[in-house]
Amino acid sequence: MRVALFVTCVNDALYPDTGWATVRLLERLGVEVDFPEAQTCCGQPQFNTGYRRETEPLVRRMARAFDGYDYVVTPSGSCAAMVRDNYPRIGDKALAEGRGSELADAAASLRGRMLELTEFLVDVLQVTDVGAYFPHTVTYHPSCHGLRMLGLGERPRRLLQAVRGLELRELEGAEECCGFGGTFAVKNPDVSVAMGRDKVRHALDTGARVLCAADNSCLTHLDGILRREAAPLHSLHIAEILASTEEEPFTPRPARGGGTSAGPSSARPTTSTAARSRS
Amino acid sequence: MSRTDLGMPTFPQAARVSTKDAGLRANLTHATHTIRAKRAAAVAELPDWPRLRAAGAAVKDHTLRHLDHYLLQLEQAVTQAGGTVHWATTAEEANRITADIIKATGETEVVKVKSMATQETGLNEALAHHGITAYETDLAELIVQLGDDKPSHILVPAIHKNRTEIRDIFTRTMAAWGRPAPDDLHDTPAELAEAARLHLREKFLRAKVAVSGANFMIAETGTLVVVESEGNGRMCLTLPDTLISIVGIEKTIPTFRDLDILLQTLPRSSTAERMNPYTTMWTGTTPHDGPRNFHLVLLDNGRTDTLADTTGRQALRCIRCSACLNVCPVYERAGGHAYGSAYPGPIGAILTPQLRGTSTPLDASLPYASTLCGACYDVCPVAIDIPEILVHLRERVADQKDGHRAERTAMKAATWLLDHPAALSATERAASATRRLHPNRLPVPGPGKAWSDARDLPDVAAESFRAGWKKARGARTGTGTGTGTGTNEPKHDKDKDTPR
Repeated sequence: MRVALFVTCVNDALYPDTGWATVRLLERLGVEVDFPEAQTCCGQPQFNTGYRRETEPLVRRMARAFDGYDYVVTPSGSCAAMVRDNYPRIGDKALAEGRGSELADAAASLRGRMLELTEFLVDVLQVTDVGAYFPHTVTYHPSCHGLRMLGLGERPRRLLQAVRGLELRELEGAEECCGFGGTFAVKNPDVSVAMGRDKVRHALDTGARVLCAADNSCLTHLDGILRREAAPLHSLHIAEILASTEEEPFTPRPARGGGTSAGPSSARPTTSTAARSRS
Repeated sequence: MSRTDLGMPTFPQAARVSTKDAGLRANLTHATHTIRAKRAAAVAELPDWPRLRAAGAAVKDHTLRHLDHYLLQLEQAVTQAGGTVHWATTAEEANRITADIIKATGETEVVKVKSMATQETGLNEALAHHGITAYETDLAELIVQLGDDKPSHILVPAIHKNRTEIRDIFTRTMAAWGRPAPDDLHDTPAELAEAARLHLREKFLRAKVAVSGANFMIAETGTLVVVESEGNGRMCLTLPDTLISIVGIEKTIPTFRDLDILLQTLPRSSTAERMNPYTTMWTGTTPHDGPRNFHLVLLDNGRTDTLADTTGRQALRCIRCSACLNVCPVYERAGGHAYGSAYPGPIGAILTPQLRGTSTPLDASLPYASTLCGACYDVCPVAIDIPEILVHLRERVADQKDGHRAERTAMKAATWLLDHPAALSATERAASATRRLHPNRLPVPGPGKAWSDARDLPDVAAESFRAGWKKARGARTGTGTGTGTGTNEPKHDKDKDTPR
């Protein structure tokens, strides 16, 4: 099985740890992972903001970059949904505009092979216990595109429930959007922040130490609020939890100041701080 | 749609104010969450909901594809049944036709059944110019009218008001419109309803002319259908001598059998009821029963143009249940008035810019009034893919000559960068090298400030994934043309390769 990692542009630049966690996790499960360096971005920001034509070169690039792989796995529900739901639309519209079938073919080529990480684990590898160890309280926010466009359903929660040491806390209003929405976050900042604050409040109410999602774009927004409000809750991508084992436990990356998780503003749990219960 | 409120604030401007109104937020959250949970339970009772939903969508789609045929059939059936059909291309035309019919009766007062079409055309204001007073008889519309307010929800126009506020409105203004509110009116639902009932009864008994919309028009028989919860509509539909119904052309369905499907999905979606309490149907005129004169004003007002758009036309399937408003997290925070239209919420965000166009700043801002979370699509009983249409309309807005120029330039630049991985790597390296200088907040107006007024900006990683991979494993993975060579590579040493 030839599996390519589509790390996504957000993870590449801002959350490389999520990419590495995905690689570690998949390799631990016996999957050989490749990273085609021709990949960049799925074009979701452009497409969702109304710049369909600007998305087209990226559709072609994605198809080229991932040609020949059985599966393309990505730790981002919204990027997987972009490829699966919106690429066909981009191809169809190009066809309707009389620009031949090249783009439609490129769009279609990835459709059946692009899988979100938890989908790949549960559906293709058919595992729910990935051998992870993460002794902390966690609450899970099911990001909208994964939840509704991909229909991930219970997959992420089943994976989390099988993690040793992890206590999963139910999140009130879990299925409600966090308010990120790509460029919505800056075009409608007041509504976006109002939604994000409500999500953060519900997450804090669970008493969990870690707010987890399968999409770092939502977590960028929520983490930005958590850090601004110095809230005692850390955001973490599900891949980093699933990659964590007793032998190789989750360790935070260096924070902005250079040290590791020096204070609340670093928002990355160390094993010791995350283990402390919230007072 | 002609009531383009020039100078109305854009959606983000209006939402800036409404999101800070704690009372409004509390009223909306309470109301939408209550109905949301009830709807889910009512829908879950039906084992065949997905099939009903698909059937409803199919009926509406079929009708829309053959609307010319069904409208002519409808006109013929209504005429044969003793009604008179009028065609109105614009809102002004519909209002003028209506005013002329009323003036011909010699009346200066009309009672109204709650109607979105007349909200859309601004009928009440237009009639006022002709010296005709229109009395709203739906309880929530009455509250809005007495409060000199605007509706903020399709189904529950006064959703933004709580009981105490309603009591105050009744006490303050009822006397100026007719029978005053009782002196010691309390804010219990029963007392408020009784005050409204007595106030409205006078209107029903006096009125000679009524104005309504319709939920459905059956082409086969020329029958119009209104579904409601209070029975006030039925009073208007049966007591006066003259009934004028102003209805959007998309409300047509072919046969009575099609009504069967939609009368199952509409009440459950809108009020979470298995069946709405009052369903009134009328076909033309009947001797000694109901209005002696019936006029049907068929309203286009941008619908034909919408129909011409193969993606956007889905919006015309809408049966105005308002389920999408009740699940929309954006509507819940911004409130209905922020949409600046008779149609707020997700359906308004796609319907208004299609009916009215996207030339004003307000209308151009509406397709962006959504996070594309998809909750509206999930609950829609006729499966309108609202997120798809929002993105489609964003493209229309972005393509407009004025505005969005800077954004397009930025998007083009981003695409160029993302289509040149070497340049992207260099940019990422530069960002990583200067990461400690990046502030958590950006004071300069623009997207960065909009983000960081209330949120910290994310840290840039010390090393991008791309750079780390190249360093750790680059030798193994070939040229990056996409034809990966990973499968033939020896198992790597995890501890050595993972850059931690």
